[in-house]
Amino acid sequence: MIDNTKVQMAEANRRRYEELRAAGQELTPKGLPAPTALDGAPIAPDAVVLREQVPAGWYATLRLRRGEGLRIVDDSGCSSVSLIGWREEDTSERINCADTVKVQWSAALSKGRVVLSDMGRVMLSLIEDTSGAHDLLVGGSTPASTLATFGAAARNTQENFLAAASKVGLDIRDIPPCITFFAPVLPDAAGRFVWFGNRKRPGDFVDLRAEMNLIVVVSNCAHPLDPARPSASGPVTLIKHRAQPASGDDACRTASPEATRAFAFTDRLFA
Amino acid sequence: MTDPEMSEIVYARDVPAERPWSRVLKKGQTLRIIDSKGQQAVDALLYSADDPVERYSAQDTLRVQGAAYVELGTQLISNKGRVMARITADSCGRHDTSAGCCSCESNAVRFGEATKYQHACRENFILELSKHGLTKRDIVSNLNFFMNVPIDPAGNFTVVDGISAPGNHVDVTADMDVLFVISNCPQVNNPCNGFNPTPIRVEIRDAPEP
Repeated sequence: MIDNTKVQMAEANRRRYEELRAAGQELTPKGLPAPTALDGAPIAPDAVVLREQVPAGWYATLRLRRGEGLRIVDDSGCSSVSLIGWREEDTSERINCADTVKVQWSAALSKGRVVLSDMGRVMLSLIEDTSGAHDLLVGGSTPASTLATFGAAARNTQENFLAAASKVGLDIRDIPPCITFFAPVLPDAAGRFVWFGNRKRPGDFVDLRAEMNLIVVVSNCAHPLDPARPSASGPVTLIKHRAQPASGDDACRTASPEATRAFAFTDRLFA
Repeated sequence: MTDPEMSEIVYARDVPAERPWSRVLKKGQTLRIIDSKGQQAVDALLYSADDPVERYSAQDTLRVQGAAYVELGTQLISNKGRVMARITADSCGRHDTSAGCCSCESNAVRFGEATKYQHACRENFILELSKHGLTKRDIVSNLNFFMNVPIDPAGNFTVVDGISAPGNHVDVTADMDVLFVISNCPQVNNPCNGFNPTPIRVEIRDAPEP
């Protein structure tokens, strides 16, 4: 009798899982917005809060209030930009790449997707994205990866994150796995990572809207799998701006039932 | 080299379904994790026993390997770029390190708010790590032994039925003294445990005599 109930519950859970998978991988992608055009989505001059150019190899730390946007522009088409972030009021809450890909049934971030924290909340929404080619699996460069590439120590994302974390009172234990924008890498059928260099263009940009108060760090270092490194480098432009807050029918909020729930849990922080 | 099968088992335990476990592996020791009943995901974290600030890093591991799945020969790399341990035997053939662990909070997002009040790996990790002075802050993206998460070339990321049969095992040999922490995954909302969490067995062997 008990075993029968257990079997029935397992069958019901499997049915629900299959329904969620079909929705997440077949229905949701059809409803995502098209990529932003390279000359699209201009920011009104009076909405710009801050504009900064980060040279190759360097990093910047920004505080974003809920509703503020951060545009990251790959000026030369040669850069990759790694990003981590913490909730400002409780830095033990941080970006979680694993949950971001698992919850959205996809390792391919693009316009309309979100970046989740480890607490089931939305940290950032991709409100604009010309690229759709970002890495959440491999991570940024490190002392070991640059040594292997350059044959000598060089500026790298892990040490950038360490320096940035230290300046806000955090340390190496607070550095989570990172997202790297403008890093077109995915596994092939055999599981080997492949770099799709033809998916990078000068002027590619992403626009990230903060859905909670955040401290974010961006590091402008060549992705460790970019075959063009060490020559792959150039400045990136950061534009912090006042974005429109996520309305009830916001494209990121309504992209999937999972996103809708994550937004609802995030809203409760501010209720 | 002597087959580790020949070394004496110095420690063995059955880990009940849904429960955590931890132990320090001395350098050279091999931990065998046995999927006793099959299709059971085993979430795992590693910390340097001397300095737990040095810990397993999933992204460093995948970067060094250049491939997305954990299998025989995979080196488990730390956040300081050192080899912590390596996979020295594997009768399953497919393990994950991209999907993270389940949590009450992510379950609520994935499967609906009713699943928030179900036991989850992160609860196990928090409780087990607390025995060693570590906290949620120290939980990083983990290994998932016997968990099958294919990532297709378009990026589709799916937890599917495990391919591990009853009795399949994976051996992890330590390259430094490591605190090895396991959550025997309690998830019932996806196929990682065949919708039915079951016990596993852990065995530790010393390094073979030279």
